[in-house]
Amino acid sequence: MSMLSGRGASRRSLLTAFGAAAIGVSFSACSQPGAAPAGGGEEPKLNFYNWDTYIGETTLADFKAASGVDVNMSLFATNDELFAKLKAGNPGFDVIVPSNEFVSRMTEAKLIQSLDHSKIPNFKNIDPSFMNPDYDPSRKMSAPYTWLVLGIGYRKSKVKGVPDSWKWLFDSDAYKGKIALLSESADLIRLAAKYKGHSVNNIPPEMIAEIEKMLIRQKPFVKAFHEDNGQDMLLSGEVDLVLEYNGDIAQIMTEDPDIGFVVPKEGSLINSDNLCIPVGAPRPNNAHAFINYLLDAEAGKEISETILYPTPNAAAKALMPESYRNNPAIFPPADVMAKCEYGAFEGAAKASLYEEVVTRVRAA
Amino acid sequence: MEQHWKSAKGLFSAVLGPPLFWLVLFFMIPMGIVWLYSFGENRGLTEIALTGTFSNYLRAFDPLYLKIFVKSVGIAGLTTLICLVIGFPVALAITFAPAKAKTWLLLAVMLPFWTNLLIRTYALIAVLRTEGYVNQSLEWLWNGLDAVVGVLGVGALGPFQPLELLHNNFAVVLGLVYVHLPFMVLPLYSALDRLDTSLIEASLDLGAGHLRTLLVIVAPLALPGIASGVVITFIPALGSYLTPDLLGGPDSQMIANIIERQFKRANDWPFGAALSFLLMYMTFIAIALQAMLSRRRREPA
Repeated sequence: MSMLSGRGASRRSLLTAFGAAAIGVSFSACSQPGAAPAGGGEEPKLNFYNWDTYIGETTLADFKAASGVDVNMSLFATNDELFAKLKAGNPGFDVIVPSNEFVSRMTEAKLIQSLDHSKIPNFKNIDPSFMNPDYDPSRKMSAPYTWLVLGIGYRKSKVKGVPDSWKWLFDSDAYKGKIALLSESADLIRLAAKYKGHSVNNIPPEMIAEIEKMLIRQKPFVKAFHEDNGQDMLLSGEVDLVLEYNGDIAQIMTEDPDIGFVVPKEGSLINSDNLCIPVGAPRPNNAHAFINYLLDAEAGKEISETILYPTPNAAAKALMPESYRNNPAIFPPADVMAKCEYGAFEGAAKASLYEEVVTRVRAA
Repeated sequence: MEQHWKSAKGLFSAVLGPPLFWLVLFFMIPMGIVWLYSFGENRGLTEIALTGTFSNYLRAFDPLYLKIFVKSVGIAGLTTLICLVIGFPVALAITFAPAKAKTWLLLAVMLPFWTNLLIRTYALIAVLRTEGYVNQSLEWLWNGLDAVVGVLGVGALGPFQPLELLHNNFAVVLGLVYVHLPFMVLPLYSALDRLDTSLIEASLDLGAGHLRTLLVIVAPLALPGIASGVVITFIPALGSYLTPDLLGGPDSQMIANIIERQFKRANDWPFGAALSFLLMYMTFIAIALQAMLSRRRREPA
């Protein structure tokens, strides 16, 4: 079942399945013995907290063979879950994989510690354009693991030409009833701002009001706000246009040649998942060794072959086959990518506001 | 030989102790914490300051959220009503089935619980979507009919138009009925099963028809079962969020979806806690109404 194997789909559906996860964490806050004590001499073990379907098939076994360290991987489904879990005190994780905005949040909340670059020589494999992002200047706190970009997945036979503008999703009835939008409030508002020619960050209040009006106007033409399972809706013919991540669409393009992906000409939101060491990690030395191993060219190649997400690891990318390197869904053209931005963390009040705007749109 | 509990205090506390401890530790205390959060404010990203503010509740009474509350009650109420209309005959049929078949029928009612809710919901998606099983079957029938009409020379029916079954409020209610039907059938069955069949026989012997017997004799006697069925269907239906998330359309959000988003994406736990407790007060009101109704029914009898 493709719907349970994609990165996005499995992230979100796992979370919905275990519904009260976030609330459960707040409950456990009172019964947990607190953060695990930092170990002195490090045992050959490591607790890795990762997204589902987000590691190479043999990566962990290979690392054990190379270093003798046994990696115990547990999975989370959303950044919010990861954040909520660490908010109550690190339960013993050594390496975690937050997305860009959450690297900022966790830095601000003092939940992650700075990396010792001298222990991670494989930083040299990383494409220089990923070495100094806004969310983590000069990579003090995080090492890039993958990146992804939002765009439009579409069914070629049902769409006129290439739908290379956000207009077709946000401001047009041309594909009435055949559109699915991602139900991430902040992403929707930021991309709508991009469509209106503004940056995804520092959107002024009057533009937010304008965006709300536009989305309310567009709502009758929208089939559903999907829970990051847009690729399934597109594959099954339920909709013809869908707002999704490039990796999710790249996965179904291998199943159906009638599927296309485009990053609209106005530019888009780029996201990046990063390797970080949480504060209170019991085995920081093993954690550094593990991060260094994941940034290795061969290990990076093994991971990319499995998960098909774009890699920021230039050395690993060079080892990948042509079909990956030159896939326009995985690596959209450079001129469009140049217009893409990271969404910055702009405070809790802004997150609340975006949520309320989209609640109003959906209730209208 | 009945004993007053005071004469066996040790035994009494030994039996009551563990479940009470469990209830307090894992239900009352966490609920209390969430209740306290509802009077708090976010301080930074990880701290919640308990300031005793009512602003979260005030915000919850914004027409925007009230409208969603009302809509959720409407959807849950409709779900409960449909469950009752479908569940009552089913429970009745199981009651009057031969003893051997009864076990199997009850098992069949409970069978869906063996599969995770998420899997069942995805299965419903496969059934209802534009190219799902329902539409494929209808298309097949349509094409068959089309061929027959064509042979008769009456004219073509035109191309098949698939039904819009998924991503709307209809799909949400259908999904909720599908999920909650067992909650209605089981208490109805347990009430009907205890029914004294001689009363039904007497009613039929004395000249009342089947329908009249059902409405005048069976339904009032099964009222406690109906009431508990209604309550345990309505309450989880009111708090459901997976079904509207996956089956609903752009406007099918229920209050639990809003609460979920406050706790996760919006990271606004105080407001989420206030919404949760409003939902809980509504649940209490529903239970109190049920208790009042059942008391009033008993009094004039």
